[in-house]
Amino acid sequence: MKRRLVPPPTPSQTIGPFFPPHLIPPGANDLTSRAPGAPPAAGEVVLLSGRIIGEGGKPAVNALIEIWQADAGGRFNHPADRRNTPIDRNFAFWGRARTDGDGGYRFRTIKPGSVDGASAPHISVTILGSGLMRRLVTRMYFPDAALNETDPLLRSLDEARRHRLVARHAAAKATGGLALVFDIVLRGEGETPFLDD
Amino acid sequence: MSKNPPGDAALTAFARYDDASQPSRVVAGYPNTRTRTPAAAPVAYVPGLSEITGPSFDGATLRPCEHNLAVAPDTGRRAIGQIIALAGRVSDEDGRPVRHSLIELWQANGAGRYIHGHDDNDAPLDPDFIGVGRAVTDGEGVYRFITIKPGAYPVPNSGNWWRPPHIHFSLFGSSAMSRLVTQMYFPGEPLNAHDRLINSVPDAAARERLVCRVVDNPLAPVPALGFAFDIVLRGRAGTPWIDA
Repeated sequence: MKRRLVPPPTPSQTIGPFFPPHLIPPGANDLTSRAPGAPPAAGEVVLLSGRIIGEGGKPAVNALIEIWQADAGGRFNHPADRRNTPIDRNFAFWGRARTDGDGGYRFRTIKPGSVDGASAPHISVTILGSGLMRRLVTRMYFPDAALNETDPLLRSLDEARRHRLVARHAAAKATGGLALVFDIVLRGEGETPFLDD
Repeated sequence: MSKNPPGDAALTAFARYDDASQPSRVVAGYPNTRTRTPAAAPVAYVPGLSEITGPSFDGATLRPCEHNLAVAPDTGRRAIGQIIALAGRVSDEDGRPVRHSLIELWQANGAGRYIHGHDDNDAPLDPDFIGVGRAVTDGEGVYRFITIKPGAYPVPNSGNWWRPPHIHFSLFGSSAMSRLVTQMYFPGEPLNAHDRLINSVPDAAARERLVCRVVDNPLAPVPALGFAFDIVLRGRAGTPWIDA
């Protein structure tokens, strides 16, 4: 009989509807600097927006979305990234936002570089919310990126589902950055592919 | 992954969550779990650097009072309710302490009311309690909070489902793979046995690990109820097992 030295991970529970706004301070959804007014990160500014929707197109109001990504050079500020390439110390790497009454969210960030030359530039996305007993994890890729053709995760999906992980250009051009839209469908028609977790 | 992963290849092998000790995704009597849970199976993939890395918060921006929710920082007035000293150790499932890692905590006040625009329960707010705290684990993975015991509250339109007293925890751990959001419950609460969220976890021993335990008051002689709540985050594959 074998027994674990340490119990398995503590069970997840839903974040519920009452995640405090105090933990989403102004600037939490702006990764282009470490704090409001701090020196800007290097790279192309991306104005990312989208809606999170549940079954039947109903907006997922009051959900929490967190993003994590490499800097413009494709580097992470984390010990598991052991390369000698420089880290952009002005970049925030991580941010969070809460969806509004329409399920909408916004981030201001930097277009990440490719991490290893094989996987395409992408943003790691985590969604927490009422009704989600466990988090949902996915990736957002960039439109028109040549590496999308060879990215192992995108290639593993069929044509229709692959496109759901790629952001689209916003209908209206924006000043101050590349405007992209990434809608996330939790369930139903056009459901976003979520990653094994 | 590329042929030559830039990170440590061994780090990419994270342990899988065990479904028996994690909640079912769809919960009877909780309609949002039906309309928000994906219908398709999750995509199997090899986690890359963006998954095996993750944010770290060393506490540089924390104010010294943020672990103490029981006293309003601006007025020094004590919140209404039973004062509790809550501490615990965060480790990964390989037994390593999770050091210098941010914990976010939030909860209802002693009457069962949150400061949140979406909480329309008619229980009173407490002007001396915001119900939000943060702490960073020390070099042994230990965290400490001082707060008050939250009240139970009814879930709207749920057929008299009352949430038992609970405290929400958000942890980041050492990488995005170890992110955990959970809820801690109190021992001996009659509502625990009926709670749809606790009961969403199939394994009884795992449910029990969501309940804190009574310990000696670490703040003595200052009066407080002492509780301990240890938390285990996902670790790498290769969890140590012993013959027993």
